[in-house]
Amino acid sequence: MIILQATQGPAVPAVATRIGEPNAVAMVFFFAFIAITIGITYWAARRTRTTEDFYAAARSITPGQNGFALAGDYMSAASFLGIAGLVSTTGFDGLIYSTGWLVGWPVVLFLIAEPLRNIGKYTFADVVAARLRQTPVRIAAALGTLATVTLYLIAQMVGAGGLIRLMFGLSYETAIVIVGAAMLAYVLFGGMIATTWVQIVKAGLLLGGAALLALMVLSKFGMNPVALFAAAADKYGAGVLAPGKLVAAPLDAISLGMALMFGTAGLPHILMRFYTVPDARAARTSVFYATGLIGVFYLMTFVLGFGAMVLVGPEAIKAVDKGGNMAAPLLAEVLGGTPFLGFIAAVAFATILAVVAGLTLSGAAALSHDLWVNVVRHGEADSREQLRVARFATIALGVVAVLLGILFKGQNVAYMVSLAFAIAASGNFPALVLSIFWRRCTTEGVVSSMVLGTLSTLVLIWLSPTIQVDILKHTGAWFPLKNPALVTIPLSFAVGVLVSLATRDEIAVERFAAVERRMHVGEA
Amino acid sequence: MSEHRFRSLAETRWRIAVSLTAVMVAIYFGFILLIAYNKPLMGRLLTRGLSVGVLLGALVIVLSWVLTWIYVRWANTHYDAGLDQLRRAEAPR
Repeated sequence: MIILQATQGPAVPAVATRIGEPNAVAMVFFFAFIAITIGITYWAARRTRTTEDFYAAARSITPGQNGFALAGDYMSAASFLGIAGLVSTTGFDGLIYSTGWLVGWPVVLFLIAEPLRNIGKYTFADVVAARLRQTPVRIAAALGTLATVTLYLIAQMVGAGGLIRLMFGLSYETAIVIVGAAMLAYVLFGGMIATTWVQIVKAGLLLGGAALLALMVLSKFGMNPVALFAAAADKYGAGVLAPGKLVAAPLDAISLGMALMFGTAGLPHILMRFYTVPDARAARTSVFYATGLIGVFYLMTFVLGFGAMVLVGPEAIKAVDKGGNMAAPLLAEVLGGTPFLGFIAAVAFATILAVVAGLTLSGAAALSHDLWVNVVRHGEADSREQLRVARFATIALGVVAVLLGILFKGQNVAYMVSLAFAIAASGNFPALVLSIFWRRCTTEGVVSSMVLGTLSTLVLIWLSPTIQVDILKHTGAWFPLKNPALVTIPLSFAVGVLVSLATRDEIAVERFAAVERRMHVGEA
Repeated sequence: MSEHRFRSLAETRWRIAVSLTAVMVAIYFGFILLIAYNKPLMGRLLTRGLSVGVLLGALVIVLSWVLTWIYVRWANTHYDAGLDQLRRAEAPR
């Protein structure tokens, strides 16, 4: 999959580029971003008194704001740098990812967003546990959440380290510690209010930066994207507009597609955002805005990718970074010189910071709200205690994220993101669908679906060619697919249904009518 | 009958949610299957610089957004109106 291959060894630029040298403009923009977001955090900290403030921004975020924040949570550096890089080096094949990353959003809207807002409180486990037995459901959901969040966090951290080293010339470890510290400040003091506004600022910067870059590219081609594609085809052959070898194995493509489509609807940090708006209607509208913003962004990656291919050239891009991740920054440098390169570099850094903050908050919610408050304390914890535990969990997760980021240095980031999607799609999504829509499901059924969905995904990842052949250098792999979603999503649903049919859960059936009513009408 | 009204509203929403999800699945996996099994078609040029594949890729993105628009339009008019009626019918008790 994509991208952000943290390259080993120093990058040796074969082209005239200032990438990798300390860049004054990048520093100025970067510190401006840090200053603004710390200012927001200070403002948010004074408004963060209750758990509702900390986890759900007092449910006061408007649909438009949440649309931007969802887009900010979702559009990671992998999207911006990775897809632009893939398109610039492979052409059409890269576009397959541009489409794949968007198609999960309609599914979120149709099946999950409104029921989640009406039934739950802070985490997706609230929804699954609404009519099932609390303890087993919360533990299983926390397992799925933490597995997803950890893989996603590692990917972002490793990406951040590699990226910042390439762009600013800082050491990998320094970069990771800076990201960890800034993120901890946002989440710890400003909770969901600060995290939301960091996402909004970041989404605005990212969309603005990408739009500016795309317009500058198009201005060289009479504002006509087709003329740009034609220039690419003239220079590198019509093959760049046709599928290449990326989709050599159709089953791999379908499996990855399933992970992306259903994984989005199981990402804890995305789901948590629906609790920040006042009601289900606002949740619905916010997905509509988010889909539009993210869609426009991915359409712009067509222009950025082919723009970099024509104006920078695939060879020059690969010379700076083998994974192609520096295509967008190089394009910025060609079009706007060092200052614009600095701006785009700062935007990419801000992008990672914001995603990491959202992930940490959702992981902290699973640890404190699901495990501590509802399992250990059986729901009997006052607001002060809940906040204290949530903040402690945040610190713990922040430290773990920094350590894992350093430990996993050099791993393929994009692959780990796709695995996080696979776990979300197999561990979390089936449980949500079964518990919301199926009267007959039982605690045993849903818990086994979550546990088996998560574990089977982890096991099949271990047995996949990427781990066995590429990393462990074995000659073959027991399991043929790079992404296990094609097997694990149906498996998770099947286990949930079969175990439910084999067991009885009177309370779950009894409560269905009330929960179903709440899912539509909301709290009385 | 408020219960009857609720049932029909819940069933309508479920039908629409499942149909739109199925349409989304068909669009995206149709696109992927074409890439996997009909590469010549995807590479065919419609005009200089625009292949079938690039056009369909952009269309998948636009259609995803159109589908969310269709759902939001339905929900804002019919579903919300139905929910309001339900709430009003139950309020006096």
